[in-house]
Amino acid sequence: MTTRLLRSVVGLALTSAILSIIIFQLNSPVAAVFELSVCAGLIPVIFITAISFTQRIAKSQLQERRRERLTRFFLLPVIVIIAGLALLRWLKIPALVLPSADGAGDVRLLFWNVRHLDLLGQIVVLLAGAFAVVVLFKEPRK
Amino acid sequence: MLSLFISIPFLSLIAFNIPWKRSGQLAFFWSGVLFLAQAVLALLFSIGAVDPSAMQLSRIFIFKLSLDPLSLLMLLSIGIVAFVTLLAANILISEKGQKGNFINLLMVAVTGMNATVLAADLFSVYVFMEVVAVSSFVLISIQKDRLALEGAFKYMIMSWVATALMLTSIALIILTCGDTDFSVIASGLSAQSGNPLVKLAIGLFLCGLFIKSGVVPFHGWLPDAYSAAPSAVSILLAGIITKVTGVYVLMRLVISVFGLNSSIQNILMFAGTVSIIFGALAALTQHDFKRMLAYSSISQIGYIILGLGCGTPLGLAGAAFHFFNHAMFKSLLFVNAAAVEKQAGTVHMDNLGGLAAKMPLTGTTSVIALLSTAGIPPLSGFWSKLIIITALWSAGKFAYAYIAITFSVVTLAYFLSMQRRVFFGKLQTGLEAVKEAGLGITIPSALLAAITVAAGIGFPWVLDKLILPIQFILK
Repeated sequence: MTTRLLRSVVGLALTSAILSIIIFQLNSPVAAVFELSVCAGLIPVIFITAISFTQRIAKSQLQERRRERLTRFFLLPVIVIIAGLALLRWLKIPALVLPSADGAGDVRLLFWNVRHLDLLGQIVVLLAGAFAVVVLFKEPRK
Repeated sequence: MLSLFISIPFLSLIAFNIPWKRSGQLAFFWSGVLFLAQAVLALLFSIGAVDPSAMQLSRIFIFKLSLDPLSLLMLLSIGIVAFVTLLAANILISEKGQKGNFINLLMVAVTGMNATVLAADLFSVYVFMEVVAVSSFVLISIQKDRLALEGAFKYMIMSWVATALMLTSIALIILTCGDTDFSVIASGLSAQSGNPLVKLAIGLFLCGLFIKSGVVPFHGWLPDAYSAAPSAVSILLAGIITKVTGVYVLMRLVISVFGLNSSIQNILMFAGTVSIIFGALAALTQHDFKRMLAYSSISQIGYIILGLGCGTPLGLAGAAFHFFNHAMFKSLLFVNAAAVEKQAGTVHMDNLGGLAAKMPLTGTTSVIALLSTAGIPPLSGFWSKLIIITALWSAGKFAYAYIAITFSVVTLAYFLSMQRRVFFGKLQTGLEAVKEAGLGITIPSALLAAITVAAGIGFPWVLDKLILPIQFILK
């Protein structure tokens, strides 16, 4: 179980890296940098830390869980394929009028000069996260 | 002046964590003063005694905030419920370290809620909803027992689904309208109402908000989170958090941003009615006191959404008044549940009985709360339900009005059965030593009961100063 979880985390990191390349190609270098550093760097580190707290399960249990998962969810790919075919057949998306894609305002100027309330909100979320770590992980002093 | 509602709790939060001597007691008293001041100030603003636009502080920070009668009612409710929770937590949480953590997280939640009701920008509203959500996840699991962690986990997962839906919707709205300010979005959305992307964005956001409010069929996390949380946290969660981050944001967006067109009205009225019916029927079968209160919350939130979906100014006023009343009487019921849990040791109604003789104040205030919930005159719940039903009737929605009236009777039924099982009846063996709960719980119950009675008897004043101004938001 642990090896497969680690493989999933590596997959997540790879996907985020490819996504950041796509975002860079779409002319948003700041967003690409954030995507790379946070989603392809910080998040996998947090996941691997969490996985290090888990234990490997027995091989027989692993086989049983795989069988159970297969019997429970075998209809899911079928439903997805049928729904996709139905959408392709019946969904008509009209010609969309998208707004012009000029770089309306540098992201950094927007972030530091205009969106002060959001900045305050981000700081409060970070503080709340810090409290979460303290409350949930601190062992009481006996 | 408005930014003080956000910046003072934020600065208090930082100040509480500086290791002064006796900072725990200082934190407690300062929080109490702050929440009481917020409630009083909101009342003074609505009477018109103090002008909110006075005292403009220096313009270093640009906060786009706006105040209108609906936000004032929300600030009043947040102040009262936070104050009550603080008093109750002083008794219910015994360890000093946990008390300090609780007060810090309460301050985070209040900062988030104040900013949610004052912000005039869609993305800021979203960010502060997340602030409140993170603090409530931690608050539910503050005592780290198995059931509470499970309830918090369920709440987290459903909240993350809601977050994904809302973020996608915000992205679509920025794509089609160009900005996140309420007025810009409102004109952009109404100009492009035929665009399928706009319809998708509105639908996704509504689904996200229904998950956050606990509207059927997205209510799955609510009974587990409310009943498994520690008692003090249940008071806060049921009394104000679910309502501000779910129902208030729904009201604000539907009125000021999406516009109350007929399809949104139908969705809201249908979802509200299903919540009323499901919540009431599920509450009839419960054996756990707090779980029954959770299903009752789902039912009452259905009333608020039904009033909102009516589409008329009177319906909106009724919904807002029912919001305030629900904050008062649901908090009161959860304070009583906390008292029962602390004194009798259990909330399972089959093991309780005859507590009214041993806990007279708790018994009396719970009778007041249940009569108000069921809509019995002259308590406040009667007036708010009357306004909602009148609004439905005058808008021609007779079937919805009939359902609303019928399920008021069902509400009375399950609450009377609760009252008989917990407070009246024969005293169960093992409960002879039960005494009334301490001052920290009886003072909040008395305060909330007094507000419920006063808002009912002083209804003309409340209607004139607090509720009728809300009608004019809907143009």
